[in-house]
Amino acid sequence: MSRYLLNKFLFTVDRDPDLVERYRDDPQGTVAWWEANEANRILACHIGESSTWLAFADDERAALAGHDYPALFALGAHPFLTLTLFIAMFERDNSEPLEFQKEYARKLAHMSLPYPDIAT
Amino acid sequence: MAELVAVIASTHHPFYHRASTATGEDRPPFADEWVRKVEAFRETLTKARPDVLVMVGSDHFHQLWLDNMPQFLVGKAPFYDANWYNEEREFGLPRMVMKGQEDLSDYVLREGLDAGFDLAFSNELRIDHSITCPIITLRPQNDLPIVPIYTNIFAPPLPRPKRFVQLGQTIRQLVESWPSDQRVAVIGTGHLSLELGGPRQFGPHGPDPEFDRKAVEWISTGDIEGCCGNVTLDSLHLPGNATHGFMDFMLMMGVAGEGQKADYVDTYDLFHTMEAYFTWYPKGAPA
Repeated sequence: MSRYLLNKFLFTVDRDPDLVERYRDDPQGTVAWWEANEANRILACHIGESSTWLAFADDERAALAGHDYPALFALGAHPFLTLTLFIAMFERDNSEPLEFQKEYARKLAHMSLPYPDIAT
Repeated sequence: MAELVAVIASTHHPFYHRASTATGEDRPPFADEWVRKVEAFRETLTKARPDVLVMVGSDHFHQLWLDNMPQFLVGKAPFYDANWYNEEREFGLPRMVMKGQEDLSDYVLREGLDAGFDLAFSNELRIDHSITCPIITLRPQNDLPIVPIYTNIFAPPLPRPKRFVQLGQTIRQLVESWPSDQRVAVIGTGHLSLELGGPRQFGPHGPDPEFDRKAVEWISTGDIEGCCGNVTLDSLHLPGNATHGFMDFMLMMGVAGEGQKADYVDTYDLFHTMEAYFTWYPKGAPA
């Protein structure tokens, strides 16, 4: 289980306009590329000083590759990070204000308190 | 010594900027009343004639990240650039630059450490909408130097609510003992009940109007004891999964003081979350 790494993916993609588009258009390819090349990069460190041990669990990789935000919620990905990135990718398809945001809530309607733990 | 001329606690709603500047068909029906309320709230700061603003907020995973996460952090820099690409993208927030009041940052850090808070610091801090929203609402001319103070309400493990109150009490002591003739306002922003990325988000009101009613009562009457008796890290999950931002309101209650009734209180029931505005004048309301 690597909630930290799920969050790291959402965080690093969300802050990069090109990666937001790439993840929207090719989720599977972007997740595979990111896990192979970016997952172990310590963000404030020189590229030669990466970590060696970070990898997704299968269900985490599948949730990201499937744009499956209800699954990400269930896995304990930070809800703010997931929401922000998915709004960036899909709000543009709205035909009325807040359409995607409300659909997002509906797709999580089966979740009840206590929500999944988000501690990392 | 410096004078604490106003204590202000507010929600920070990133949609205000866009709503208040939209025109024609793009202008939402709730915008005019919202602008009216914000302008009245702004007047409470203007009347206090501050020279310096201490700004309490919380980074939303912008500069502060899980590989190096401080609980409480004080900015100490001559300038602060502000707002981030994803805030521009989602909320239409403008890029901003604020001046820093470095000598007060220095004082808060030194004296805060000695008062028992192991404060982190940053000499290059890009701040986000938790601090720029109240600049936009309360001081849109952005002409005063600031001391930004960030709290972690976002990435567990979090400090407990009582610790936020204690930090607020300490900030008040530090401002009032700062050897300076400046007039200081302390402004902090948080949330009432709020859900982000969960099933209760973006409803017609905040996710828990009953919590909001109680919260406004605690804050406006300065009921720190009652608030601390009802609010825990666990209980804050119930009103909405982002309601831990309420702890920044608790910090501001600590600045204002136990039993101190707010001199100005206003709320605005919006979709998604309720707006709430409070001002205290520690030395009495200015003429």
